[in-house]
Amino acid sequence: MRTFGYAPADDVASAVSLLATAPGGTYLAGGTNLVDLMKLGVATPDVLVDINRLPLHEVTRLPGGGLRIGAGVRNSELAAHPEVRRSYPVLSQALLAGASGQLRNMATTGGNLLQRTRCRYFMDATKPCNKRAPGSGCPARTGDHRNLAVLGASEHCVATHPSDMAVALAALGATVRVAGPDGERDIPVTELHRLPGDTPQVDTVLRHGELITSVDLPELEVARVSAYRKARDRASYAFAVGSVAAAVHAEDGVVHDVRLAFGAVAHRPWRAYAAEQALLGRPATRDSFLAAADAELAAAEPLRDNAFKVTLIRNLVAATLARLTGAGR
Amino acid sequence: MDLVVNGVEHALDLDPRTTLLDALREHLHLTGAKKGCDHGQCGACTVLLDGRRVNSCLILAISQQGVPVTTVEGLGTEREPHPVQQGFLDHDGFQCGYCTPGQICSAVGMLDEVARGWPSAVTRDGDDGPLDDAEIRERMSGNLCRCGAYANIVPAIAQAAGR
Amino acid sequence: MTAVTERAVGAPLGRIEGPAKVTGAARYAAEYPVENLAHAWVIQSPVARGTLDGVVVDPTTEDKDLLAVLWHGNAPRLEESDDPELAVLQSARISYRGQALALVVARTPEAARRAAQVIRLEITEEPHDALLTADHPGLYTPEQVNPAFPAVTESGDVAGAFAAAPVTVDVTYRTPALHNNPMEPHATIAVWSGDDLVLYDSNQHPPGVAAAVGAVLGLPAERVHVITEHVGGGFGSKGTARPNAVLAALGARVVGRPVKLVLPRQALFSMVGYRTPTIQRIRLAAERDGTLTAIDHEAVEQTSRLYEFAEQTTVATRHMYAAPHRRTGHRLVRLDVPTPRWMRAPGEAPGMLGLECAMDELAERLGLDPIELRVRNEPRVEPESGVPFSSRHYLDCLREGAERFGWADRDPQPRRRREGAWWVGTGVAGATYPTMAQPSTARVRALPDGRYEVAVAATDIGTGARTILTQIAADELGVGVGRVHVRIGDSTLPMASVAGGSSGSASWGWAVTGACRALRESGSEEAVYDSTEEVQRQEKEGKHAYGAHFAEVRVDADTGEVRVSRLFGMYAVGRVLNPRTARSQFISGMTMGLGMALHEEGVLDPATGDWVNHDLAEYHVPAHADVESIEADWLDERDRAVNPMGSKGIGEIGIVGSPAAIVNAVWHATGVRVRDLPVRLDKLLPHLG
Repeated sequence: MRTFGYAPADDVASAVSLLATAPGGTYLAGGTNLVDLMKLGVATPDVLVDINRLPLHEVTRLPGGGLRIGAGVRNSELAAHPEVRRSYPVLSQALLAGASGQLRNMATTGGNLLQRTRCRYFMDATKPCNKRAPGSGCPARTGDHRNLAVLGASEHCVATHPSDMAVALAALGATVRVAGPDGERDIPVTELHRLPGDTPQVDTVLRHGELITSVDLPELEVARVSAYRKARDRASYAFAVGSVAAAVHAEDGVVHDVRLAFGAVAHRPWRAYAAEQALLGRPATRDSFLAAADAELAAAEPLRDNAFKVTLIRNLVAATLARLTGAGR
Repeated sequence: MDLVVNGVEHALDLDPRTTLLDALREHLHLTGAKKGCDHGQCGACTVLLDGRRVNSCLILAISQQGVPVTTVEGLGTEREPHPVQQGFLDHDGFQCGYCTPGQICSAVGMLDEVARGWPSAVTRDGDDGPLDDAEIRERMSGNLCRCGAYANIVPAIAQAAGR
Repeated sequence: MTAVTERAVGAPLGRIEGPAKVTGAARYAAEYPVENLAHAWVIQSPVARGTLDGVVVDPTTEDKDLLAVLWHGNAPRLEESDDPELAVLQSARISYRGQALALVVARTPEAARRAAQVIRLEITEEPHDALLTADHPGLYTPEQVNPAFPAVTESGDVAGAFAAAPVTVDVTYRTPALHNNPMEPHATIAVWSGDDLVLYDSNQHPPGVAAAVGAVLGLPAERVHVITEHVGGGFGSKGTARPNAVLAALGARVVGRPVKLVLPRQALFSMVGYRTPTIQRIRLAAERDGTLTAIDHEAVEQTSRLYEFAEQTTVATRHMYAAPHRRTGHRLVRLDVPTPRWMRAPGEAPGMLGLECAMDELAERLGLDPIELRVRNEPRVEPESGVPFSSRHYLDCLREGAERFGWADRDPQPRRRREGAWWVGTGVAGATYPTMAQPSTARVRALPDGRYEVAVAATDIGTGARTILTQIAADELGVGVGRVHVRIGDSTLPMASVAGGSSGSASWGWAVTGACRALRESGSEEAVYDSTEEVQRQEKEGKHAYGAHFAEVRVDADTGEVRVSRLFGMYAVGRVLNPRTARSQFISGMTMGLGMALHEEGVLDPATGDWVNHDLAEYHVPAHADVESIEADWLDERDRAVNPMGSKGIGEIGIVGSPAAIVNAVWHATGVRVRDLPVRLDKLLPHLG
């Protein structure tokens, strides 16, 4: 771990200005990913602006409906929040499917969104990786990629975003509120993370010094019937190999509204717009669900060892929607 | 740097890179919290920070000045063990013992989470029944035990939970 | 003096060190307070083959707390060693990725870690080959396999038997590299006092570590004092001195102050041994009634360029089932990889996976119950040696286990039982582990306060050794356990064998029994007993523990995720010395067996020669939620031939056969035979339809 200057901030404005003057610095929230990467020599900030004291720890109702989640709200608290459990079960379930009780007590809403890929080449500073060391190459394409991207990848990077929470937020159409040196802005969560293209070292559209202050959830009727389903290599405490966040409203056997997002398949949480379009107005049957999944997954470009993810996501979509709508197998 | 551990305040002069775990083990010689992986992947370093269970290996000590830390040494003694410690003794909830302090601190924090009504991934809506085995297993999954004492840890915790 | 009526052996005595372990008071190697301590970090090779030509410390990044950087260009010279991996920092040659190339010593752990990240290695990389294949041109037959078995055995006319057999099975099973991953990483604090060296070291054999480290440093073993009070697991990876002990000693020598070296978790994947991957071809030939006529089991394995370690993968097949025509073999290839070593039940664990899965496939082929197939092939004597078994209650384990598990109602057809989203199935497999004892010496002293001190340089790596030796001594001395104080974990105590091969209780208990008896017979205040002569006189063949494992699994029809609903082990292991710690040993092995079946795999990246998932987030060992119901019980078995206690080793048998029971249950649930471990969802998903 490189040595660093430590600067605790008490409010958003001072945090932003502290980091604005530190081009090699970064924010420290829960630290669950950042401190890990610093130890590995993957992250080498020279200044840490500690944002844990910022007043961003509340979940509040938005005036027009919906919830504002402070960026500093811990994953465990958010998952347990009564309003989240009631109105956005997919979000609570996604949070609880991630990490461990200890990590959820530390990890924050903002930090969870900004965690970096678990690609095994990215995590090892002795190996080439275009995301960590631009231009050094991507050994994952021909090497170990069983748990890497099947959608939206590039020849330069096949990393996936590891968050469960972000998949639920993508399905819910959340908005990320950001404060930066040039003021505040709102970013749809589905546009926060980039696809790798030829600049995989850039994970998100955030500019240096910009700080996530909250995540806003819209009032969303369809979210009341929603679920997160995660497949992984052991029963708990493991990153997803594939996941689906789904919310659906069906009446008289017809899909009236649906939200779908996939996890562990792309460089960002993958909102499945094509699948949603394919389902609207269709019968709430397993066949429609599978057809909808296929509509989205037609764009998949699996590598040698991860084609199973296409089948996995397809099955997860069908199983999750079937359960939510009460449709049989 | 001021750290408050098990009710005692310590003034330390630490490298800012020092994790809470290393501060405890290397500087305060409180070696109950263990270093198993140093990356938040095993749970052996679990302590209670302001009453909440956390991985002390991923926390910078400098960021926790004045925040009360409880380690396994602060839970009970050999003469007067904490009920969770007693549960582990009664059910042979350990073998090599290296993950044990983390398991115990985690269980203490976990029981508090249950008391607050926090759900887990296996909690079903409206499920207010007693803490069943599946709940204990899921909630304790952040603490690896390579000796495979899990089957004994579950009844140890159930006993401490008064089940 | 009160009469002692209850015997301690056989009672479920709680662990002596339990209160210390649950309160955090028990000290492990890295936890001794030492004045003026410096901290070390290992720089591991980033290439699999080549030479280290230089080490450059950039003055602009040099830390004020940096004390020394050792490499082959400046490290003190070491003596020759039996174990080339202890010859650290002696040569430019790089033999595997992850090899220790340099050691950084600094005033703080933070400075040591950082220095290791910025120091530049000048390396000439050479093409490497790290991939084990069944047809590798470098395959050869070793002279013997671990520890001293012939590599190949053959009797009868195997080819003829296969040509004539009405039913045959010819299958290939693969097991990946597996990594021991004890929760406590390998760690050493080295403290020099003149030419005397104290090592606080995490290992399974303090006298062995003292001798090995002494040998490379040119010191007699008695000048090296190894203290190993508590050990956070080893599972074979701490059976001998590992490079950390030598590196810490070298570092401390050079900087002139005590040095602590704790290997980072990632280094445990390469620097301390692992279980070799295996490719096993198993051929079985049988009559239509299930009588085996031939067994042929050959394993392909790897070793390193540095050292030949040949795992005894097919040795268990030599005594498991009767068949007139039989062959077992091992083929090895030297690759640019770390040296594989012992991991819990080396040989038996992977070998019985192959054999017991093949038996399940044969039972399917024959339309015969898998237990009945085993009954029909029970040998009367050891099939290869002809030596009678000292005791063998394998079939009793199968039958009693079947009864307890509820095997009788099983539909033999696969893919019949569906419960909601899950396919459900059950499987069975046999277990065996050799019963061994090794020479050890123990000393017992009558203390003035009426207590007895029992001393032996054993270690308790979580097995319960300290507790069991207390029980054995109490009975032999005729006193309560409260009057016995057992001292272990120190190389200066009377010589003990390694905590390995499930032989600790037998070996140390034998010596303790002898010492206590000698004390009582002599009436003196101190007695020492060396079991060497008695142990060496013993017949070695025909002594095994047996068991049967039963698994119920469910497989998610949508995802292919596997869960083990129930795992049950029934064992025949001689006399159980402490039912409480014994049960824990069994379920421990079974839990690791569950991991072997479903989770664990060192994922080799051939391009870098590295296991890319080298941490506990990516190398999955079972978590709490994976273990739903694991239970173990045992038969009342008497075997006076094995050792004075009548006990058989129990630390490893739980991982033997339990993976096969799970794999067989997955087939029963889904109809899919997964023949390469671990059984992960991606291997099942394409077949679940």
